[in-house]
Amino acid sequence: MSTTAISFRRTARHNPLAATGVVLVILFIIFALFAPWIAPQDPAGINLSARLNTPSHAHWFGTDELGRDILSRIIYGARISMLVGSSIVITSLALGLIIGSIAGYYGGGIDRFVNVILMNAFLSFPGILLAIAFVAFRGPGIFNLVLALSLGGWVGYARLVRGQVLAAREREFVEAARALGANDLRIIVRHILPNIIQPVIVQAAIGMAGAILAEATMSFLGLGVPPPTASWGTMLNDGRAHLFDAPHLVLFPALAVMLAVLSFNFIGDALRDYLDPRSRIEAGL
Amino acid sequence: MALIEARKLTKIYSQGESVFGAKPRGGNEVRAVDDVSLDIHAGETLGLVGESGSGKSTLGRLILRLIEPTSGSVRFEGRDLLAARGGEMRRLRRDMQIIFQDPFASLDPRFRVEEIIAEPLVIHGSHGDQSASGIRLRVRELLGAVGLDESILRRFPHEFSGGQRQRIGIARALALHPKFIVADEPVSALDVSVGAQIVNLLAQLQRDFGLTYLFISHSMPVVRYLSTRIAVMHRGKIVEVGTAEQITERPAHAYTRSLLEATPQLAL
Repeated sequence: MSTTAISFRRTARHNPLAATGVVLVILFIIFALFAPWIAPQDPAGINLSARLNTPSHAHWFGTDELGRDILSRIIYGARISMLVGSSIVITSLALGLIIGSIAGYYGGGIDRFVNVILMNAFLSFPGILLAIAFVAFRGPGIFNLVLALSLGGWVGYARLVRGQVLAAREREFVEAARALGANDLRIIVRHILPNIIQPVIVQAAIGMAGAILAEATMSFLGLGVPPPTASWGTMLNDGRAHLFDAPHLVLFPALAVMLAVLSFNFIGDALRDYLDPRSRIEAGL
Repeated sequence: MALIEARKLTKIYSQGESVFGAKPRGGNEVRAVDDVSLDIHAGETLGLVGESGSGKSTLGRLILRLIEPTSGSVRFEGRDLLAARGGEMRRLRRDMQIIFQDPFASLDPRFRVEEIIAEPLVIHGSHGDQSASGIRLRVRELLGAVGLDESILRRFPHEFSGGQRQRIGIARALALHPKFIVADEPVSALDVSVGAQIVNLLAQLQRDFGLTYLFISHSMPVVRYLSTRIAVMHRGKIVEVGTAEQITERPAHAYTRSLLEATPQLAL
């Protein structure tokens, strides 16, 4: 534990952005997990006599057009962002790992089909458009939202994994495993994936930022989580009408989205630097 | 009957294949191995010499079916290797192993020594006792056989020198009691003195376990020291095969002579 603390302090000195990112992400995760105990008020509690209040001692972030406490809604919103964001990343990553490994490992016609036809087909649609079409077709809700955004999300991971597997399968210890009589599943799962997972983790951290942003976008468009559940994107949409008379309605959820996205980007960048031995030396780690 | 009978083995690599799999007309072909027939008898060491790029390693891998040949056949104890299907082929691999040239690349950097040597045992669950303790016992035996200490079991490959890693690789290859081992330039990445130790270890293991070797090398002295017979390879073809004495004392082919002349007279 003490060594973790020391290395964190060292990281904080060399890379303050990454340290800020880690602290913020931990904060958001705590918000998400313990929202009912942290939030000062009921996020859905309507109080029409206290509509559109500016930030005050009673409501630190003010209230929205139905008199709901914005701070509480932001704390509860972290739940949706973290839950949906991580679900999207996990689903996309799982799909990307499976499809990318198969294409990269078997090569030949399978690779040509997956790489040239399937991936390019998905890449030629903007992911958010695909997601909008999907949710419009299936109806809103968390499950459909995750599915919709993973539909476009897996391609990035699959391409990365395919390239890495393509290189790793030529390595001699993979040939050694084959010579020992290991089957393809064992070779991929035990030998190849553990050796290529680092860049994938970096991509997943950065992908988390994209997923949170995508969730906010979908909720902003009314295709996300149905009300009254608090989501940062929904709050932005609700506050839109009062942008000029009560800008705090938009300001705070926008800040939350921005901080969450920035945090994961900082962490992703720091991980990439840390895992690359060359920049690791430059950073003095 | 020979242990290994390779007949008309050919491996052609074509270059410049397009995205859609069409072969370019009149495209470049590399005949890495060109119509090679070869017998390897039980208990012998067949040395395979030739310069870099002559197709030695490719031939070694074709015989083990680690690479699929373009044409030709390989029989192991009379069984057609190329006809064996997935699971059958994996079972056949117990009898034939390979030791690699580069001991830094052939061990998975994320496996501990224990896991590396135990892997063949785990894959095949062989030798009756496949319990964890049985495997641990066998791994200790193997470490002893290649002259390594038990204390290294929990360590990772990057903590070892080239010679030690090569010993780990040899222990892994021996784990399943194979009959036949392809040693693909096992000492060329090592210091001369360390290489000599490995060569002596291979010779001793051959006596102890009755192994048959295909010993690939570009170094004539090493091959002469270890081999019963020597095959000389040049541009994908075997140009000459004979006993070690024949090849080194009375080479018939011009290429063999030039190879011998290019060898510094070093005692090994």
